[in-house]
Amino acid sequence: MIRFILTRLSLIIPTFLGLTLLAFVLIRLVPGDPIETLAGERGIDPARHEQLRKEYGLDKPLLVQYGIYLSRLVQGDLGKSIITHESVIGEFRSLFPATIELAVCAILFALIIGLPAGMIAAVKRNSIFDHGVMAASLTGYSMPIFWWGLLLILLFSVQLGITPVSGRLAAQYYIEPVTGFLLIDALLSDEKGAFGSALSHIVLPAIVLGTVPLAVVARMTRSAMLEVLGEDYIRTARAKGLPAWRVVAVHAFRNALIPVITVIGLQVGSLFTGAILTETIFSWPGVGKWLIEAISRRDYPVLQGGALLLGAVVMSVNLLVDVLYGLINPRIRHTK
Amino acid sequence: MTTPAPALPTQPAMAAPPHPLREFWTYFSANKGAVIGLWTIVVVLLLALFADFIAPHSPYVTDPNAFLKPPAWQEGGSWKFPLGTDAIGRDIFSRLIHGARLSLAIGVSVVALSIVVGIVLGLIAGFARGITEIAIMRAMDIMLTMPSLLLAIVIVAVLGPGLMNAMLAVAIVVLPHYVRITRAAVISELSKDYVTAARVGGAGTLRMMFKEVLPNCTAPLIVQASLGVSTAILDAAALGFLGLGAQPPSPEWGTMLADAREFVTRAWWVVTFPGLAILVTVLAFNLLGDGLRDALDPKLKR
Repeated sequence: MIRFILTRLSLIIPTFLGLTLLAFVLIRLVPGDPIETLAGERGIDPARHEQLRKEYGLDKPLLVQYGIYLSRLVQGDLGKSIITHESVIGEFRSLFPATIELAVCAILFALIIGLPAGMIAAVKRNSIFDHGVMAASLTGYSMPIFWWGLLLILLFSVQLGITPVSGRLAAQYYIEPVTGFLLIDALLSDEKGAFGSALSHIVLPAIVLGTVPLAVVARMTRSAMLEVLGEDYIRTARAKGLPAWRVVAVHAFRNALIPVITVIGLQVGSLFTGAILTETIFSWPGVGKWLIEAISRRDYPVLQGGALLLGAVVMSVNLLVDVLYGLINPRIRHTK
Repeated sequence: MTTPAPALPTQPAMAAPPHPLREFWTYFSANKGAVIGLWTIVVVLLLALFADFIAPHSPYVTDPNAFLKPPAWQEGGSWKFPLGTDAIGRDIFSRLIHGARLSLAIGVSVVALSIVVGIVLGLIAGFARGITEIAIMRAMDIMLTMPSLLLAIVIVAVLGPGLMNAMLAVAIVVLPHYVRITRAAVISELSKDYVTAARVGGAGTLRMMFKEVLPNCTAPLIVQASLGVSTAILDAAALGFLGLGAQPPSPEWGTMLADAREFVTRAWWVVTFPGLAILVTVLAFNLLGDGLRDALDPKLKR
């Protein structure tokens, strides 16, 4: 098992180096000189320009610059935002919990609806319910989620007035961040109603972000269940006289879970992509909105560092899923 | 592989196998969803081709007397603007029809670009093996690690916003899929006898690549291309929505949605229709892709 984990880790390192190279090269493709970008529209006099070039190490060869960039990276230094002058990693750390909270709620939404829907569709194959689930799942998969979010706002916030349009919490509450996850912090604090407010703020964004994973989970659960239900041990379990629900919910479902878990793990990357759109629509103060704002302000250090950090997070989650998969399924561990 | 037995006179019914295209259509048309998808695409294609004749108005001309007019069936609407007008009095129906032209062009050109580059890289990786293959495939793995839209956003942020750059970014982002599929297909084909025969016959590497092996790898590529069009349309629309793709006043559907965002509380129609257009088109291509996979994938056949 340790060997399996080490092999996976050794594969990750070149990928991460490649990611840093990508981030490094891309930012250098920005038209114009970084110092002039920094100076903005006011311009800058040549002497100061030269001094700043030396200070930022821009007069050295590219390879040396990349080396300096890497060594800073290892020390956790991703540069400072041009606009706020805060360190990129500090800003990321303060905003990331909001994105995680949203992503976790979205995945929960997808699982709570997707798993039973896929299971029932498989058991009642070719029924109206089955066709309905498959059609809904394909529609969800094709959904432009930025439009879906606007539609939900239109229905629930504008027409019915049930949920707020944007933000994480109503303005009258102030919660001291303890964990950074507002739902938990609100429960810990003694502010009455804060939890309800936080919950009503997260419902729509979580549904929007969870729609594509929901479609994928329902589809995958259905096909995995169909495969498992044809196995010999299911026939054995039925022949033993076990109740039908037990055969489906215990014998079949547990074995169908493996491919479903893999698919959920693979969804994490697209979840962060979706978070960029969802956070923009709902003004959710997470890293996705932060990145988009960095683009419009031409805040390149934030864009470079933020994209690198998000990429690293996705990579780590994929690694984790790989290892988990090896734990659950020994056959994977021992094949090359 | 067994060669088909010579037709015995006692089995006249077995004489002529169906034409491959005919056989394909039999399998394809058995899938109702795929046929619906195909017809939807044909309709969208016709709308796009004849946009100038079908659209009642120009997509750019504003009518100062008709700001935010509701659709025809609602009170205050008129058949002059069937789906209503936007905030500066442009006909939404006409803009959607012209937008179809843009979206289809985006989908097709993104897929064309990425499939050509992907096939070449995949062929090189599959034929060369060794260090070249490792270099190409590792680079593709790194690209796949980045969430696709995030990578596209970074690329566009660097190149500058605009439709061309957005298309380029999406094409780069989807490239790894084509490289992987081509390489996998090439490697499995290379072990077959006809390849050895061609090599013995003295075929050069280029001839082997494009004349012998590539035609036998087309089925998975066609399926991926059809699904790729839907991804391309969706991602380009998302970039447009974020202000990084096509720029106003372009009637691109995602850009239209970005313009409409602030009117969501006052005019449901400016928000609803462009998104519906994206959904229907993307869904149609996904249905088509699923149908093609069922019809072309020999593993699922019969």
